[in-house]
Amino acid sequence: MAIEVRIPTILRNYTDGAKAVEGGGATLDELIADLETRHPGLRDRLVDEKGLRRFVNVYLNDEDVRFLGGLGTKVSDGDTVTVLPAVAGG
Amino acid sequence: MRFDSLLDSLGRTPLVGLPRLSPSPEVRLWAKLEDRNPTGSVKDRPAFWMIAKAEKEGLLAPGRTILEPTSGNTGISLAMVAKLRGYDIVCVMPENTSAERRQLLEMWGARIISSPAAGGSNEAVRVAKRLAAENPDWVMLYQYGNEANARAHYETTGPELLDDLPTITHFVAGLGTTGTLMGVGRYLREQVPGVSIVAAEPRYGELVYGLRNIDEGFVPELYDESVLTTRYSVTSADALRRTRELLAQEGIFAGISTGCALHAALGMANKAVKAGERADIAFIVADGGWKYLSTGAYGGTLEEAEERLEGQLWA
Repeated sequence: MAIEVRIPTILRNYTDGAKAVEGGGATLDELIADLETRHPGLRDRLVDEKGLRRFVNVYLNDEDVRFLGGLGTKVSDGDTVTVLPAVAGG
Repeated sequence: MRFDSLLDSLGRTPLVGLPRLSPSPEVRLWAKLEDRNPTGSVKDRPAFWMIAKAEKEGLLAPGRTILEPTSGNTGISLAMVAKLRGYDIVCVMPENTSAERRQLLEMWGARIISSPAAGGSNEAVRVAKRLAAENPDWVMLYQYGNEANARAHYETTGPELLDDLPTITHFVAGLGTTGTLMGVGRYLREQVPGVSIVAAEPRYGELVYGLRNIDEGFVPELYDESVLTTRYSVTSADALRRTRELLAQEGIFAGISTGCALHAALGMANKAVKAGERADIAFIVADGGWKYLSTGAYGGTLEEAEERLEGQLWA
């Protein structure tokens, strides 16, 4: 159980201020469910009934999970998952 | 090459090979030098196309005022075109953008309204939308949702790339308004079966992501996920390192967002090498490094440069 999950500032009220937490699971969905057991409320900020929330971006080792399999994306020990709010550029 | 005016010289930028950074003769990297446009950035293309479209639709006439939220390059391009065409321009710009960008905007006659650093460009968009509502006679071109932004690249950048590199397998560009990726991506997908369209998204320091509710995030209206093959988030440290490598190994002095695109392009190149496949990977040099000298990106150690860039909008 060692997948590092980096949490953005706006969601750290769910992680007692921690910038990163650890969790386990075979898929992103399982990983988020595992985090929810220790950080209640976090799952609802990331996921709605249609999948990942529109303004939430999740990266597995820097690659956007929407292009890897969404919540079904396979994860394993040693991976880093980064959660970021969607921002504009230009 | 001779042109009737500066605006006529837009586009037809060079595509140059990177013999030192390319991993092998079968897996090659190509840089499209968009800094060779009239104001020195890729944004001259969408700026010109958005203004031309607004003129055609009768929205713009001399004496009118253009409004645009921009972290810099789009504003600079719009200000140059506006100057030549007789428009006033107001740019809403986050306060955490480089000093050079402000100076250039002012040189071309733009009025700058600063938006708070926290929240970055999301805040600039919010402020600009409010100003647009308060000033109904101003014309907001709105690069994030203006189809002429993507069309500029569909009609020009895409065909130029394919003309110069018919064997293209990958296209990589920075993700901001998404206009470059949407326009070039759609064009190449129509012309080149199996082409990969790869987005490189800058990952900023925490300040830029702001403290608002996550439901108030921003996805440009132009963005269509189905055009992309994949999308990478590139840290400031990786972008800086690649920007310096491009300068040291290939002699190209580019802005930091180019390092971001190069990082993703090299990732694609390594994948191709591992898979034993040939690849011709083109990426966009969005601008030169001149506008970022004051950020300290090019001097001292990488760690120092990264620290100085914390909280800055570098793309």
